[in-house]
Amino acid sequence: MHDPRHPDGRVRHPDRLHRLSGMFDDVIPDPAQRLVEPSRPSGRELRAQADSTPALRIRGLWKRFGDKVAVAGIDLDVPAGSFYGLVGPNGAGKTTTLSMATGLLRPDAGSLSILGTDVWADPTEAKRLVGVLSDGIALFDRLSGEQLVTYHGLLNGMDRATVAGRTRDLLELLDMTDAGGKLVVDYSAGMTKKIALATALIHAPRLLVLDEPFESVDPVSAANIRDILHGYVESGGTVIVSSHAMDLVQRMCERVAIIAGGRVLAAGTVDEVRSGSPLEDRFVELVGGRHHSRGPAWLRTS
Amino acid sequence: MVAHLLTLRLLVLRNTVTRSPWQLVAVIVGAVYGLGILLLVFVGLLALSFAPARLTHTIVVLAGSATILGWIIVPLLTSGIDQTLSVAKLKIFPIPPTRLVVALMICGLLGIPGAVTLLAGIFTAASWWQHPLVAGSAVVMAVVAALTCVSGSRMIESLNTGLSKHRRYREISGIILLVPLLLLGPLITAFSRGLANAAATLPVLADALGWSPLGASWSVPATVQSGHPALALAKAGIALATLAVVVLVWRRSLGTALVTTTQPVTKTVARGAIGLFARFPATPAGAVAARCLTYWARDPRYSRQLILIPIFPILLYVNSRTTHLDGLVSASGPIVAVLVSLSIFTDLSYDSTAFAAHLSARVTGLADRAGRVAAVSSFAVPIVVGITIGSVAVSGSWSSLPVLLGLSLGILLSGLGLSSVSSSRIVLPVPSPGDSPFAAKTGAGFTTALTTFATWGILVVLALPELLLAIASGATGSSLLGWITLVVGLGLGAVLLATGIRLGGRRLDRDGPELLTRLRVQR
Repeated sequence: MHDPRHPDGRVRHPDRLHRLSGMFDDVIPDPAQRLVEPSRPSGRELRAQADSTPALRIRGLWKRFGDKVAVAGIDLDVPAGSFYGLVGPNGAGKTTTLSMATGLLRPDAGSLSILGTDVWADPTEAKRLVGVLSDGIALFDRLSGEQLVTYHGLLNGMDRATVAGRTRDLLELLDMTDAGGKLVVDYSAGMTKKIALATALIHAPRLLVLDEPFESVDPVSAANIRDILHGYVESGGTVIVSSHAMDLVQRMCERVAIIAGGRVLAAGTVDEVRSGSPLEDRFVELVGGRHHSRGPAWLRTS
Repeated sequence: MVAHLLTLRLLVLRNTVTRSPWQLVAVIVGAVYGLGILLLVFVGLLALSFAPARLTHTIVVLAGSATILGWIIVPLLTSGIDQTLSVAKLKIFPIPPTRLVVALMICGLLGIPGAVTLLAGIFTAASWWQHPLVAGSAVVMAVVAALTCVSGSRMIESLNTGLSKHRRYREISGIILLVPLLLLGPLITAFSRGLANAAATLPVLADALGWSPLGASWSVPATVQSGHPALALAKAGIALATLAVVVLVWRRSLGTALVTTTQPVTKTVARGAIGLFARFPATPAGAVAARCLTYWARDPRYSRQLILIPIFPILLYVNSRTTHLDGLVSASGPIVAVLVSLSIFTDLSYDSTAFAAHLSARVTGLADRAGRVAAVSSFAVPIVVGITIGSVAVSGSWSSLPVLLGLSLGILLSGLGLSSVSSSRIVLPVPSPGDSPFAAKTGAGFTTALTTFATWGILVVLALPELLLAIASGATGSSLLGWITLVVGLGLGAVLLATGIRLGGRRLDRDGPELLTRLRVQR
């Protein structure tokens, strides 16, 4: 499902940075009141209101590293209140795109806005709205799990009581209460992912950007995390997940975009994108590179 | 097998070199340096052939024993001399332990440190070129000694792998070992003062070492030359037995290491115990300070630098006693101030990509800088003041207290300001979190040394006013100048600190994402 507004090879000016801030007036509740205050508009209401303003809006995004173009003109709209999957082969530009969307990497060209706030014109406001779990980013792992989550809370400028309460809630939510006193450096890979998720949630963001959140997480924890994320979307939040696990994305997400070679190959609801066949088959069909071989003869044991 | 491992080693070396031109430069500088040392060794040993045999014996045995000792100690300090072929990485291949021992031994001998040791050892034959038989025995024993070096180092490494199940042990053991090594100089000075003089004791020490596993192989040629073939044979026996025992122990511990995985032992603190985070103000700057201070206690890359603090005053004290220069002790305060304040000159590199947390949480540059400075100041100010007062008490010249306090605190404050700016600009290849603090990245030494010296130079310029005032006060003995030094040191230091925090913070606000990109590359 090619995006018609994005013909291949269209030249973009490197200095094009749109300013969208102030164009949309979205009512943002004080982050300190969410997660603890259950009294807020229902998810459906919020979703109806948010339909006009995408949670993440990407236009003409470019990024090159040396002579390698990592992202070659991506346009993408992630509607508010959706559970959005971003899939693509290794090196497709998923992590680069998400880094730019969360203000961690400056784009060469293009505009990004989170709930109407231009990420690179007003990074402070944009970052307040977004929670990030990055792949391949170190944590301050000489802190205990509880200290790490507390640290992230305090860095976000929250007061001590709120931080303590939310840290307790999050550790409970992620079944990490017992591990909270252990140093993060001693965690298993799955536990590290979970504590990183907790640090992304502590400031109650409106948009969650999760890069490979289920990698090396055990099935039970993964199911628990999925429930949490679904609950979060139900209440009006938006989740963007990048993953290699097609089954998971097909089951979990409402919408999906397939990215390869720094471009969007297809985007839309999961049913639109997969058009009848399983998402995995559609993905392989679009991305290519599949070969049919049963391996060399010497590898067959019988 | 041997050929495969050797090819692997050379490939790894080639790939690290081709990663960046600077690394190539660093490797070339290193190679030229190594070759220069080898050349010097050769010339020196050749010159010894014209010296009395007893002198040659003393020098060769002492230097040789130190070499073997060095090879054994290094794996305790770092994670091994040659990390390319670590047992942990070779564990997955179906290689019998005995073959692995042989392969690793030959690879070790043909690696750069091994080859230098072997060549330097063989060069000892040059001292005996007038006596072909003695020279021949020197070559044979040099090979035995080089093999002992390589195997001994590997033995300690694999023994240590078994011991170091505790992460904390692994991290601290190297640091603790460093203390006696750094104090070795003063210790020797202190001890040898009791003996009549060093010139008389060294030959005796060499004779004793000649019968020990460390020096036996190096002692053989001189013993042959002195016409005691039986004694020479006995020493050769000691050397060969040492090698045999080392190889056997290594073979055995390797066999164990090949089938054991290390299980980390961890400690858990009670729920709700958030340590320093509960003590510092609940603001971003307070949180940064609490985190940094926690790291100073827990991360060996930071705590290693704390060990240097007491060592310098001790070194200066011992040296002032032996050289009868009482003024040396007074330098303790300023020197510690330099060390402590510049210990965070490339703090962001130590954070590695975890710095993304500050970026995501939109921590202002000002809060980031202030937090880091506050963490260091919380212990640096009392330590520097304490050491300065202590040094004055030792030297008994209380009139110089204002000068020294002004100088020390001026340097400390200016240095912290300088660090605030430099760590927002400089990203260096430092050991990654969790690595041994001594595990230098290949080719990092050159750039790191250059940057460090540049920073020291800038600090000298920044602290020049109080430095000149202190010198003037010392020369004239004027107490007024002393008090002026104190005022200027505190005032100028405070201004520089505030400026540094502001400049560094602004830089961080503007270029945060770019810094993160550079930190990513470093990983």
